[in-house]
Amino acid sequence: MERGCYRFSTSLPSGQTGQRDCCGEEIALSSMSVPEVIVTRRRRPWLAKVLRCNTVKELRESLWGMAFASPWLLGLCIFVMGPILASLYLSLTRYDIVSTPELIGLGNYRRAFFEDSLMWPSLGRTFRYAMTVVPIGVAGSLTLALLLNQGYRFTSLYRTLYFLPSLTPSVALALLWTWLYHPQLGPINYGLRAIGLPGPGWFSSTTWALPAMIIISLWGWLGGTQMLIFLAGLQGVPQELYDAANVDGANRWHKFAHVTLPMISPTLLFNLIMGVIGALKVFTLAYVATSGGPARATWFYALHLYTVTFQYYEMGYGAALAWFFAFIVILITLFQFRLSRQWVFYAGE
Amino acid sequence: MATDAQTMPTRARRTTSLRTAKLLNAVGSYVLMTVLAIIFMFPWFWTMGSSMKTVAEIYKYPPLMLPGQIQFNNYVDAFEVVPFGLWFLNSLRVVTLSTLGSIISATLVAYSFARFNWAGRDVIFGITLATMMLPSEVTLIPQYLLFRELGWLNTIKPLWIPAWFGGGAYSIFLLRQFIRTIPRDFDEAATIDGANPLYILVMILVPNMKPVLATLSVLSFIGGWNDFMGPLIYLASPRQFTIALGLRYFQQAPGQYGRPLEHLLMAACVMATAPIIILFFLAQRYFVQGIVMSGIKG
Repeated sequence: MERGCYRFSTSLPSGQTGQRDCCGEEIALSSMSVPEVIVTRRRRPWLAKVLRCNTVKELRESLWGMAFASPWLLGLCIFVMGPILASLYLSLTRYDIVSTPELIGLGNYRRAFFEDSLMWPSLGRTFRYAMTVVPIGVAGSLTLALLLNQGYRFTSLYRTLYFLPSLTPSVALALLWTWLYHPQLGPINYGLRAIGLPGPGWFSSTTWALPAMIIISLWGWLGGTQMLIFLAGLQGVPQELYDAANVDGANRWHKFAHVTLPMISPTLLFNLIMGVIGALKVFTLAYVATSGGPARATWFYALHLYTVTFQYYEMGYGAALAWFFAFIVILITLFQFRLSRQWVFYAGE
Repeated sequence: MATDAQTMPTRARRTTSLRTAKLLNAVGSYVLMTVLAIIFMFPWFWTMGSSMKTVAEIYKYPPLMLPGQIQFNNYVDAFEVVPFGLWFLNSLRVVTLSTLGSIISATLVAYSFARFNWAGRDVIFGITLATMMLPSEVTLIPQYLLFRELGWLNTIKPLWIPAWFGGGAYSIFLLRQFIRTIPRDFDEAATIDGANPLYILVMILVPNMKPVLATLSVLSFIGGWNDFMGPLIYLASPRQFTIALGLRYFQQAPGQYGRPLEHLLMAACVMATAPIIILFFLAQRYFVQGIVMSGIKG
């Protein structure tokens, strides 16, 4: 007999029924021996009420579900929500990790906005970096995907060759490019000199350090996951649409602008959002390759945050910087979602 | 794409010009694809070359394309300069434990989100998705303080224990989407036979989820192997270092040892990347599949 079909009574108040722990079991037992009418008059146990369950079946499902979800429920509290709130509190304190946190109100934010001479420049630099890397990265990945999606032979070989650089760990990326960029001995400057150009100092030049960083990032980005995602998006565009466009005499550009682009616009949005978040967080490359130099030419926001927090141990101020950063990232993401209503086309919906 | 074929009039004189246009397009595409492949591979080609040169060859000008005589012993020497083997083992330990944890716990949690109704489920799922937008910097400091309180600093615990608490929003999301594509009939048939939910998960769903689990394992492995900021913050003594942090330590070594070690450093870069490349080739199918899933459904 299916026990779950008996309903708890909802009209009677709960509490003090003595069925606290094993309500499921108790109802189940009684359901076997007692007629249905009586069962429905029973009080709904408090647990069922808290979990908004009407039947034993629902209660069981709830309990199993919550048990399975419990690692994440704990994780969400311990490693995400708790820390978010804790860092909000810390951002209002002065805390050097040794003594107890001392509440100073908005002092850290005031310091960040008006007194820290490195904060705004580092943010501006991070934006300059992101605003170069993201458009080139996304458009370049799309171009590579289009190139590979023409159905020529050996495409998968080319795809693999383009993809491999993106698997390089950031540390190795920074180290091997430092060697490539070597002003005197590096092959890049050697090549530039061979074609009659003066080789810049790259990481030792305040003008060229940021562009050098951008080139490294693009090398690890262009053939990477975004290209694969675009490739899958392109393969999902129905052939009928192209056939119809051909009948109408559309040329390549028309087909791209009026069929391909709208159809892959959700993918484009995904890549843009992920790309912006990733680019704003740039840290390892700069930390390993230049330590933020020369003369802070690659001193990015995350580097500033790291230095304040884990070199100077100013936990309170670091938390304020982190909160401000999170605020900016979330704002930009929401703005992109908002803007996407204008240009993203969801074919399925 | 900048190919010559785009400028060709394809509608006029259909057959012949169409054929020429196609041919030109093919030739142009292959040339472009090959040039790009060379650009993409060059840095690694150079690194591999440098890793097998002698010190004298490394500092030669004009730079040598290839080593005169291949110095494989550079790879052995790298192990003598720094405890590379130990770092390898540390990385392997961290990555194995965190991958296992995130796969197991994310499967349980995703199963709950996909198949069970419980009060607050949708709200929590919404929060879970929202945390993907959140930059990890904002949770970093309190986490650090927490691990410090627990006495976990300078151990690898902070790098893998959190993975056992759900494995992160992304894994949960990906697995939940996948479970939802498995017909419920399977579960229901087993339920009627008296199977409990855990049994259904392990015996019915998990066998069907092998590809997506493989994908997540690969992604988690690569993420853990390449992670730099985590080890940088939590590990202090070189004996605890992972390979990524070890490379950074090695980079600063030349000053300490007083002799040029660039060739050994390049060898170290090759060795640090090799496991990832090998894994990629072994699991290429799952890997590509997983990335694609995340992009399309995200």
